[in-house]
Amino acid sequence: MLKQMISVPESAYMYWKETVRQMNHIGVGSLIIIGIISFFTGAVTAVQFAYQLSGSYFPPYLLGFVIRDSMIIELAPTLSCLVLAGKVGSNMASELGTMRISEQIDALEVMGVNSTAYLVAPKIFAALIIVPPLIIISAFLGVYGGLLAAVNYGIAQEMFEKGLLYMFDPFNVVIMLVKAYVFAFLIATVSCYQGFYVKGGALDIGKASTRAVVFSSILVVLFDYLIAVVMT
Amino acid sequence: MIEVKNIKKHFGDKKVLKGISTVFEAGKANLIIGTSGSGKTVFMKCLVGLLEPNDGAILYDGENFSQMTKKERKSIRRKIGMLFQGSALFDSMTVEENVLFPLNMFTDWSTKEKMDRVNFCLERVNLVGANDKYPGEISGGMMKRVGIARSIVLNPKYLFCDEPNSGLDPQTSLLIDELLTDITKEYNITTIINTHDMNSVMGMGEKVVFLHQGYKDWEGSNKDILQSKNQLLNDFIFASDFLKALRKGIDNVG
Repeated sequence: MLKQMISVPESAYMYWKETVRQMNHIGVGSLIIIGIISFFTGAVTAVQFAYQLSGSYFPPYLLGFVIRDSMIIELAPTLSCLVLAGKVGSNMASELGTMRISEQIDALEVMGVNSTAYLVAPKIFAALIIVPPLIIISAFLGVYGGLLAAVNYGIAQEMFEKGLLYMFDPFNVVIMLVKAYVFAFLIATVSCYQGFYVKGGALDIGKASTRAVVFSSILVVLFDYLIAVVMT
Repeated sequence: MIEVKNIKKHFGDKKVLKGISTVFEAGKANLIIGTSGSGKTVFMKCLVGLLEPNDGAILYDGENFSQMTKKERKSIRRKIGMLFQGSALFDSMTVEENVLFPLNMFTDWSTKEKMDRVNFCLERVNLVGANDKYPGEISGGMMKRVGIARSIVLNPKYLFCDEPNSGLDPQTSLLIDELLTDITKEYNITTIINTHDMNSVMGMGEKVVFLHQGYKDWEGSNKDILQSKNQLLNDFIFASDFLKALRKGIDNVG
């Protein structure tokens, strides 16, 4: 599929238009769900960790440190991409599957359009462009959720902020972005593959959609581990 | 003109097309008929290059489509328009965007030129005022007409229609048939239509190719059908009691 994608676009304008449509769909369409999940993930992590810290000798500012690093390194990229695998992955697979079954892909081919390039490439590029900013927003919202939950738990805001600045390693942001790009690529390619090669009817579109979510989720956690091993 | 020479197609052990040869002439409505499973759709998919025949040749105005490079095929495909059974309109686009799509993809015309052409084609298929509607908001007959508008927007030399009347009421079917006949004559297009509709066969079939179990069993015009003694063709065409009685009447008069 990726090999078939490599060709000169019939119309750069149409490909760009489709990429922007996909960026809007993946990015803007997922912002609210990613925002809510990230905010509460940060908040819950803060409450749980504050509970663990209470009565111990660890300084309370460690809470900010832990929330920051766990959101940046792990929770923001992995959790957000698992959500995206469910929301965007199933959508990509079912959209392409429906186009296959209803002969829309055949129509493109008969017109002389490289259907793989026109339908798949914009989705992959859009995911690569829009997922990293989504993950950055997710990390910020997670930390903010953690801050509000920590203050609500009785930890001083200054303490939390001190922890946020404590031993900050910019390389962690690099790890987060590497994960974002890798996961975005995996979700888009796996989902497009499942949808593009659907055969049969409506039932098979549902199955392809499920396979897209399952396979991309498994690959996300697998590559999460591999990146952790390689980069830390 | 499209010339088909001994086309064969099989899927594993299953032989679907067992050597079909025929000629589809320009400016004529060429109909392919046959029972379900006779190989009509596979034949049409081979003609437009969606399936690769295992043997034989397809000549588009003398050029062998089967032996063309990808690039050469692309240039032929831009001369092809196709109306699919389910219309195959792009769901995410409006009627106007669907018809505009081939122009945006393959021409560098100005926006005004493109819009003039789109409106001309929509007018040609009697679809004025539906520009902003999505495929989900229009009827089956309108979808077919949008499909026709999209397939003629680039002035094709060859027009393929896969069961253009399926799912339509008799009156709308008649309108679609008239439209296809008019367009074929007007632009001297080689039109090939896959159909089950006997009204279409008798009304517009200047050339009819009857397929049976992967073979070409009969060919001729709609007028020849009435004189034909081919039993399989007669069983297929005059399948209902009403048509059988009609046939009997014709035979008695004849």
